[in-house]
Amino acid sequence: MSDLILTPNINDADGFYAGLLAAHDGLDKAESDALNARLVLVLANHVGDNSILTQALQAAALTDR
Amino acid sequence: MNKIFDVPLYAFDRSPDQDAVTPVRHKVILIGAGPVGLAAAIDLAQQGVEVVVLDENDKVSFGSRAICFSQRTLDIANRLGCGQPLLDKGVRWDRGKVFFDNRQVYDFNLQPDEGVANPAFINLQQYYLEQVLVERVQALQAEGAPIEIRGRNKVGAIGTHDDHVRLEVETPEGPYTVEADWLIACDGANSSARKMLGIDFEGRIFEDNFLIADVIMEADFPSERWFWFDPPFNRGQSALLHKQPDNVWRIDLQLGWDIDKEREKRPENVIPRLKAMLGEDVEFQLEWVSIYTFQCRRMEDFRRGRVLFAGDSAHQVSPFGARGANSGLQDIDNLGWKLKLVIDGKAPDSLLDSYNVERVQGADENIQCSSRSTDFITPKSQMSRLLRDAVLDLSEHYEFARPLVNSGRLSEPCTYDGSSLNSADALNGPTQTRPGSVCPDAPMGDAFLLPMLAGKYTLLTIDADAPDMLVEDGIEVTRLALSVKDDPSMALKNRYLGKADGAVYLIRPDQYVAARRDSYEENAFRQAIRRASGKE
Repeated sequence: MSDLILTPNINDADGFYAGLLAAHDGLDKAESDALNARLVLVLANHVGDNSILTQALQAAALTDR
Repeated sequence: MNKIFDVPLYAFDRSPDQDAVTPVRHKVILIGAGPVGLAAAIDLAQQGVEVVVLDENDKVSFGSRAICFSQRTLDIANRLGCGQPLLDKGVRWDRGKVFFDNRQVYDFNLQPDEGVANPAFINLQQYYLEQVLVERVQALQAEGAPIEIRGRNKVGAIGTHDDHVRLEVETPEGPYTVEADWLIACDGANSSARKMLGIDFEGRIFEDNFLIADVIMEADFPSERWFWFDPPFNRGQSALLHKQPDNVWRIDLQLGWDIDKEREKRPENVIPRLKAMLGEDVEFQLEWVSIYTFQCRRMEDFRRGRVLFAGDSAHQVSPFGARGANSGLQDIDNLGWKLKLVIDGKAPDSLLDSYNVERVQGADENIQCSSRSTDFITPKSQMSRLLRDAVLDLSEHYEFARPLVNSGRLSEPCTYDGSSLNSADALNGPTQTRPGSVCPDAPMGDAFLLPMLAGKYTLLTIDADAPDMLVEDGIEVTRLALSVKDDPSMALKNRYLGKADGAVYLIRPDQYVAARRDSYEENAFRQAIRRASGKE
């Protein structure tokens, strides 16, 4: 089983973050929520491996730290 | 139009049991002449077990009710000698469309497996299935098989004893007492047998109502399953359209929780809803309307001593996925041969406990699948709706999201992983035929594999040696010798051998794999037979 990467892994962190904010520019709350939901699903499909996704769900919950 | 559900199919006929001085003892009594009870009775009678079916009514069920029957159900029906009339009458389908809001988001084709006898699904009104089963009962009676249906025989009380069951039965000509060595309760979700024995039926009630309408129309809609999420004609809810024989269309409209059921059922309220869906100018007749609230629940144990529960009396699921009647037929498929062996003294009583374990596993799988479908179709929170809508929006553009769309996961037979009847896997073969799996079909020239495996223990050898017959403690196992050369399509090789050069399978009478090895080894197979009959 491979491990979820929780160390820096995005080669242009600032660029990605700017892009994430830009994608939400001009959207209202409902549209932004929908975009985030679609983004989660697109990324989850790219990851594919259910064991990684399970670890990601746990990591995002911030409960074990 | 002739309504078959208006005509008594098994009218009340006074039984000599009603005039007996001491109660007559039967081998097996079944309560309920629905699809599950009738199929169980046929299964037992075909094996020579004497059965009496008691039903408080005398006709097939009213309205279409269960309409979607799976490949496994058709395979079971073949074993019961009545698969062909179901295929002849049923509507075959393998395509479907999914709509969201006012647009089609995608269509699908179930892509039926090549090299199997039966289609993935047929649609057929439940009353036709019941009629076919009753005709099969009558054919068995004509051949002298020990099977009887008693209409308008309502069980009013059940007394359970160590070695038999005693029933008080009410009829139009007064009550009588009758006994049976075994009782099978197939009397549906509101099972009176279950209530009379004071057994709980716990689970989750979904706060939702659905309007089901059968309409007769000459329409151009194809034989496809159409499912709508949040359509303009039923805002915030779902809808389903599916074709049945005789130009009858099944329409399911989700109505939500806070409604007046009696009001919604009235034609003056139903018809405008249907017109909004089908179009103002489509002509149709309303055949049957019902409103249901559904639940997902099961009994803790499907067996209580000499009483066995099968079908909806033991477990109930939401209708999405056609997992009600289909799973009930899988129950009787699992039970019939076990009860026969126990009655004949060839297997210990504890073999029937494996019925409980295996079918509880099946019921839990069905409850999980149908609960998940329900959670997708009816989101329970703002966030679950947001995610659901995101899946649907994505599914219109990207194929990856389509497997996430859940408008019902269609019934599949349960694999009994971990069953005490299985022996450890001793073949490096395909996972789909590991011990605990139902045998997949394969073409055999003009015929198919599954009918060759029906109703008895089989030692299936594929390019491997074994004796033609093996008897272990009263259990007879006959060999079926095949070669991958028998099937040029290679389905047999791909499904049963994989990379192995040969294999020996022990197959149960319900066409499930009990054990497999790369070659015949007498002690191992003798032990596997003992395990598969509940003796180890």
